[in-house]
Amino acid sequence: MIEIQNVRKSFGSLEVLKGIDLTVEKGEVVTVIGGSGSGKSTLLTCINGLEPIDAGRIMVDGTEVHAKTTDLNKLRRKVGIVFQQWNAFPHLTVLENVMLALRKVLGLSKDKAEEIAVKQLTHVGLGEKLSVFPTRMSGGQQQRMAIARALAMSPEYMLFDEVTSALDPQLVGEVLDTLRMLASEGMTMICVTHEMKFAREVSDRVAFFHKGVMAEIAPPEALFGAPKDPELQKFLAATH
Amino acid sequence: MFNTALTISDLGFLAQGALMTLAVTAVSVAAGTVLGVIFGVVRNQLGAYWSAPLTLVLDVFRSVPLLIQLVLGNAFQSIAKLGWPPFTTSCVVLSLYTAAYCTEIVRGGIASVPPTTRRAARSLGMTWWQDMRYIVAPLATRVSLPSWIGLTLGVMKDSALVLWLGLIELLRASQVLVTRLQEPLLILMICGAIYFLISFPIARLGGYLEKRWSND
Repeated sequence: MIEIQNVRKSFGSLEVLKGIDLTVEKGEVVTVIGGSGSGKSTLLTCINGLEPIDAGRIMVDGTEVHAKTTDLNKLRRKVGIVFQQWNAFPHLTVLENVMLALRKVLGLSKDKAEEIAVKQLTHVGLGEKLSVFPTRMSGGQQQRMAIARALAMSPEYMLFDEVTSALDPQLVGEVLDTLRMLASEGMTMICVTHEMKFAREVSDRVAFFHKGVMAEIAPPEALFGAPKDPELQKFLAATH
Repeated sequence: MFNTALTISDLGFLAQGALMTLAVTAVSVAAGTVLGVIFGVVRNQLGAYWSAPLTLVLDVFRSVPLLIQLVLGNAFQSIAKLGWPPFTTSCVVLSLYTAAYCTEIVRGGIASVPPTTRRAARSLGMTWWQDMRYIVAPLATRVSLPSWIGLTLGVMKDSALVLWLGLIELLRASQVLVTRLQEPLLILMICGAIYFLISFPIARLGGYLEKRWSND
């Protein structure tokens, strides 16, 4: 369970998160929508401790993420994240990209790491691309590789930060299909996205962020069907 | 048609000088690179503000002519009664000089690795050290290599200045022969050819590595 309690975060004088409360249960899929600069991506990077927070707390299975005593490297094995920019390691092949953390972080043998990496890459449809360098692949393929790389660590939670925003339109579908597959497999996910159709389909709940505040959170039928917050109504009118 | 007083033993003398050039260069580039990597990482970690004192010292080594550094370095070891032989003094000064340039190369190399790539590494649970070792080091090395090869070749030629501390390296050996035989053209051509023979493999190695690392 991920518990976010009254989290505040500023970059300089700009407060990007103004007291966020959100609890995500095991197996739940929560998507976060909202305009640029609403703080939704920042929240994700705070959840696995890549960004410090100024106030409040975030608990992952009872471990306080930003406590000084928390071993973040250990916590991050549990909470995978995939970014908008897929961030392939360009000097490694697709297979090596996925194997690296398995070997160095989990300390697995070469054979075991390779077995897991091949399995995950096949799962996201890259079984044929093992020895290719990521720079030779399309953005959609690189993003799927990044997803496989995160999944290989067998995380219990997955955070997706606008994973389709930097892709050409025709490549968005293949990545969303991968996310749909994960959701159907019962992975606990928080997805920041601009894909409304996707949010409507896969989410248990959808949260709308506006200027650092979670203005509304509801199951997709309610949030899209009968939005209460006036900013959300405007936002939906503009995106439809 | 072609007469010269140059003998085989003179060529041996030049070869000895070349060996001295190689030794001074090898020690200085090796030590300077190790220091440069350390300083470069430190500068990157501390940021511009906290690393300002280090930057200032390195700027001195980059801006004061090497000849002056060698003479001052030698005077310093003498005043401090360190009792260093000229070879040691030369290597120490040249190492610091190399380190000052190498620091900038390393810093630039590290800065060229996108923060987002490093964040992805950390998000997989890698420690700072693992990120440096498996992601930053290989990527930064690729970016830095051409500049580092250039630095190495530069230091190799600059090492000629250690003759002022009394070391007989390649250029000094040539000067000795020129003074004795009065055949400057021939001897300096041979001297230049030897410098080229030393440089060429280093430059080729750089080209080879660049090609190997280009993921083709």
